[in-house]
Amino acid sequence: MTAVTVNNIIKRYGKKKSVVTALHGISFDVKKGELFGLIGPDGAGKTSLFRVLTTLLLAEEGSATVDGFDVVKDYKEIRKRVGYMPGRFSLYQDLTVKENLDFFATIFNTTVEENYDLIKDIYSQIEPFKDRRAGKLSGGMKQKLALSCALIHRPSVLFLDEPTTGVDAVSRKEFWEMLKRLKAQGITILVSTPYMDEASLCDRVALIQSGHILSIDTPQGIVQQFGKKLLAVKAGQMLPLLQALKEHPAVADAYPFGEYHHAVMKGAGRQELEAYLVKRGFEFELKDAEPDIEDCFMGLMRDGR
Amino acid sequence: MKQFLSFVKKEFHHIFRDIRTMFILLAMPVAQIIIFGFALTNEVKNSKIAIWDQSGDAATASLVSELEASRYFEVEQAIHSPGEIGASFKKGKVKLAVIFPPHFNEDLQHFNKAQVQLIADASDPNVANTLTNYASAIIMDYQNRITQNRKMPYTITTEMRMLYNPELKGAYNFVPGVMAMVLLLVCTMMTAITIVREKEMGTMEVMLVSPMKPFRIVLAKAVPYLLLSSVNIASILLLSKYVLDVPVNGSLLLLIGESFLFTLVSLSLGLLISSGAESQQTAMFISLVGMFLPTVMLSGFMFPVENMPLPLRTVSNIVPAKWYYIIVKSVMIKGTGLHTVWKETLVLSGMLVFFLGLAIRNFKIRLA
Amino acid sequence: MSDKVIIAEKLTKRFGDFTAVDAISFEVNRGEIFGFLGANGAGKTTAMRMLSGLSMPTSGKATVAGFDVYRENEKIKRNIGYMSQKFSLYEDLTVRENIRFYAGIYGKSSSFIREKTGIVLKELHLSGEADKLVKSLPLGWKQKLAFSVAIFHEPRLVFLDEPTGGVDPVTRREFWNLIYEAAASGITVFVTTHYMDEAEYCNRVSIMVDGRIDALDTPGGLKKTFNAVSMDEVFLKLARKAVRTAD
Repeated sequence: MTAVTVNNIIKRYGKKKSVVTALHGISFDVKKGELFGLIGPDGAGKTSLFRVLTTLLLAEEGSATVDGFDVVKDYKEIRKRVGYMPGRFSLYQDLTVKENLDFFATIFNTTVEENYDLIKDIYSQIEPFKDRRAGKLSGGMKQKLALSCALIHRPSVLFLDEPTTGVDAVSRKEFWEMLKRLKAQGITILVSTPYMDEASLCDRVALIQSGHILSIDTPQGIVQQFGKKLLAVKAGQMLPLLQALKEHPAVADAYPFGEYHHAVMKGAGRQELEAYLVKRGFEFELKDAEPDIEDCFMGLMRDGR
Repeated sequence: MKQFLSFVKKEFHHIFRDIRTMFILLAMPVAQIIIFGFALTNEVKNSKIAIWDQSGDAATASLVSELEASRYFEVEQAIHSPGEIGASFKKGKVKLAVIFPPHFNEDLQHFNKAQVQLIADASDPNVANTLTNYASAIIMDYQNRITQNRKMPYTITTEMRMLYNPELKGAYNFVPGVMAMVLLLVCTMMTAITIVREKEMGTMEVMLVSPMKPFRIVLAKAVPYLLLSSVNIASILLLSKYVLDVPVNGSLLLLIGESFLFTLVSLSLGLLISSGAESQQTAMFISLVGMFLPTVMLSGFMFPVENMPLPLRTVSNIVPAKWYYIIVKSVMIKGTGLHTVWKETLVLSGMLVFFLGLAIRNFKIRLA
Repeated sequence: MSDKVIIAEKLTKRFGDFTAVDAISFEVNRGEIFGFLGANGAGKTTAMRMLSGLSMPTSGKATVAGFDVYRENEKIKRNIGYMSQKFSLYEDLTVRENIRFYAGIYGKSSSFIREKTGIVLKELHLSGEADKLVKSLPLGWKQKLAFSVAIFHEPRLVFLDEPTGGVDPVTRREFWNLIYEAAASGITVFVTTHYMDEAEYCNRVSIMVDGRIDALDTPGGLKKTFNAVSMDEVFLKLARKAVRTAD
């Protein structure tokens, strides 16, 4: 069963002379009950794609369905059954928490009581503040309220556009835990994020950059596709070390990666590299590293360039 | 329907929780009526005048006292040379000089013809015009009285009467104008801004991705402003009757009905603007420049349309406020009925159909 | 001149009965890359505002670039640079016009501006785009340009408020390269970020919780103290203790 199908979607903005193509023929499917991540930096086309799927924008070419309905022809049906949380938490800042929730419930022809079980887990965390105006909530609380509002009509597909942008690491963790519990309730979730580390929390991800999909797979599948040897190196002098790594012929790419530098190897060549670093006078620690999504993303970007 | 009512309720929350909106909606109309009714009036009261009486006889004395007795003038100084006229004008207090030549009474008695010279400070032409008119009227009045006593044959006397507004009160002009302005402000500008605000905040995105029919969203946003406009119409009418002494001479029902029609026209203009504008500033700018200015300049309430050059007169026809202004003046001040304003009513109805149609056609069910 | 670019002693800011920043004390050395972490609402923004001379502390002492935050905030502003993800450049001005404008604000001479503009554009590989509108540049380039503009007047200290939010991983690293170069040239860098791997790139990192600095050390030191394998873990261990949630 597929919840979302996307077929060669092309989206352009602007007229005649200054046309910007935001999506260059994007295709993928999302299965029912899947937690699907759209991972890419700002300006990659994530929001455009979400807007096409939520019937807010018309694509120039291609077709797409949500819950079996065409995004152009059957937009009314889609609007009844999807939940959407745009990038900026779209709440009425001058309404209280409870007023916001009641309002969204009514607009979607339901009541808070009817679907309380679905949002209870999330809403109960902000319920103590139900008479506070939404504008006075912290970022994490706004995020929870916006999610409650997007869920109040028990949507079959939930679109979350960068729900964790600008939110601190703790709130981000909590948010992903909430998404997992929602998924367990059978809701299909499409979530976009610029944070590569969040990819591993999805069932499947699409890596997107400049309107192109770089890769679609499970997080494990994407990591397996990396296909090159990756080494982690650290030394007292990190900046010269990076320079030295880049200069070595066996190294395809080297870049800082947290505490270590990652060196993507062209072939094997670990011993050679160690000998070279010793010769250059570095006191270093070198070990094999498992690539993560960020390594893969950079690898795919490099290949694409 | 429940959706719709819930939306309207939400809209009232927005209005009542924003002090600035409240101010524009409820305090502005009152403030405008008071400002236009009292401060910005064309009426001239107790203007200072100077008298150069070279004759000093009974006739000039009684004329001067008549001038002084009227509530328009107050004799500030007596002068004795032509040079003093300019000097007193330059000081800025005196606006009009009345000059009687020597032998005024004699000339009047023997030749039935005497001259008075009125010299006005025309740096403000409107005031100068009004003052000389008032002064001439008083002098004319005096002349009529003395000629009547002597029963002179072949004298043509002109009698003036100011119909509908015997006291020539500016409020009669301003109240209809302010009604038009307030309704435009509330319905066009506020409606446009509130819709565009949802676009800016991103809440419009969520609203569009809901089962609520897009045009109903916009309609629900307009309803509170429609209701508030009725409050404004009522408060303006009450204020004008009890504070400015401008009565409603014609049918109140007709007046309210016509105001409702104009409100709807303004609302459709607001909706039209909101469909094109992406930011609140743009909406405000279009409302002010596109709606407000033409209303002030071309509706006839500040400057008479009849005196404008043909191109401007032609343009004034597409300003809805012009027609509303004519209607309100006729119904409220002249006390006429629908039979005299049906043409204007028809024009406004046509505009409503046109603008509403255009607004619906331009309305976007998507973001772009 | 002292080698301490920032000295804060019990710096405190209260709003009514809410203590946003609660007696924080720390020092930042010249040429250091200082990571300033904390959950939303921990008080980072308030602390940065006080240090950049935009907001008066309630109590405590602080000097920035040798100037007192109470009395010499105008001098502070002249000696620091500032860049955030939200506010950076004028989109409807060209690259060159943006540089000229910001350098002009700091009273730099025309010849200085002209000469340095050439160098900066070359470093950023933007020489060909000098007369293009900023809005036509990709986000990553804009962020790098914004940083170069923020340090164009050669300040002693630059505040970076989440400079790499939403930027792709390659550009993010290029951005950090610029930070390293700036630090090597003697500019002190004070940076906030939500990317925990970036915390590893800092010389020292402080973590704010509920208005206080709960930890301050090198990334390696912090990981040791908190018995954690990554900065992410350190951060979560500390920030989970937070009681307050308001922004």
